[in-house]
Amino acid sequence: MSDSVDVSKGLPPNPEKATLEGKNKFLGFWVFLGGETIMFATFFGTFLGLRDGTAGGPSASELFSLPLVFIMTMLLLTSSLTSVLAMYSMKKNNFKNMMVLTGVTVLLGFAFLGFEIYEFYEYVHHGGLGFTTSAFGSSFYSLVGLHGAHVTFGLFWFITLMIRYSRTGITLTNAPKFYLASLYWHFIDVVWVFIFTVVYLMAIGGA
Amino acid sequence: MSDEMSKPFDKSALTHEELLKINRERKIQITAFACMIFLTLLAFIAVAMEMIAPGFTVPFILLLAVVQFALQLFYFMHLKDKDHEWPNAFMLTGIVVSTPAVIALILLLGVTKY
Repeated sequence: MSDSVDVSKGLPPNPEKATLEGKNKFLGFWVFLGGETIMFATFFGTFLGLRDGTAGGPSASELFSLPLVFIMTMLLLTSSLTSVLAMYSMKKNNFKNMMVLTGVTVLLGFAFLGFEIYEFYEYVHHGGLGFTTSAFGSSFYSLVGLHGAHVTFGLFWFITLMIRYSRTGITLTNAPKFYLASLYWHFIDVVWVFIFTVVYLMAIGGA
Repeated sequence: MSDEMSKPFDKSALTHEELLKINRERKIQITAFACMIFLTLLAFIAVAMEMIAPGFTVPFILLLAVVQFALQLFYFMHLKDKDHEWPNAFMLTGIVVSTPAVIALILLLGVTKY
């Protein structure tokens, strides 16, 4: 697989794409992200179509609060930066830094997830919006919950990689894996940019 | 050769120029991050200030989201780099299919209600 890689001088400059396996994973993962874009688009479209259908239940502008969404946005945005910096450390063959920054990313991700669980709990128990209350409720929980499920999956992905490769250092096998997990994490952040704009800000802004 | 796949390296093969290049890239990424924070703040402020008409706020925050989307994809996910032609093609395909899908769903579910 890695027949054409020159490893005599040390870790290749772009370790995630140094081997054929890495190149293939990289390409395949982008196909997946293109597909994910379309899947999220259908959930966004459904939400936008149904968000006025409150069926006598609470509406978006009655439930949402700006400070909570703002904190969640900042957490996820910062975790995206730490993930980028982890990849910078990977390219420099700085294994310890990469693990620490990935760990920070995971912590920020858990903080985000905690706020989201709190948010859903509040809406269900104090806001009176259940999954089946209204078309707005169903489409809201489906869209934001799907994003939350992606965050959860991404966190377990990172944790699995960190445990599996806790002692190995950066190798040509694990470099593509860390790189793809980081791409996935950025994609989650990209989706959140549209969620906080389209779901929360547009509802609070009165459109 | 398979041993090489799972062997750590004691040094990096980065040349001095390559090191300068990734250092420059990191600086650009941190700048992009600052821009994203700024855009996010702008979007939240535009909504929090209630005197601004929704007719202006909504297109404005959507525009900010698109700019932030591009910053993430091009700088954090490296779509601007060379050898990213196929990833660009895949994402573009995704966006091309997504756009009519979103519009159709809004019209069918929200306007005609079928």
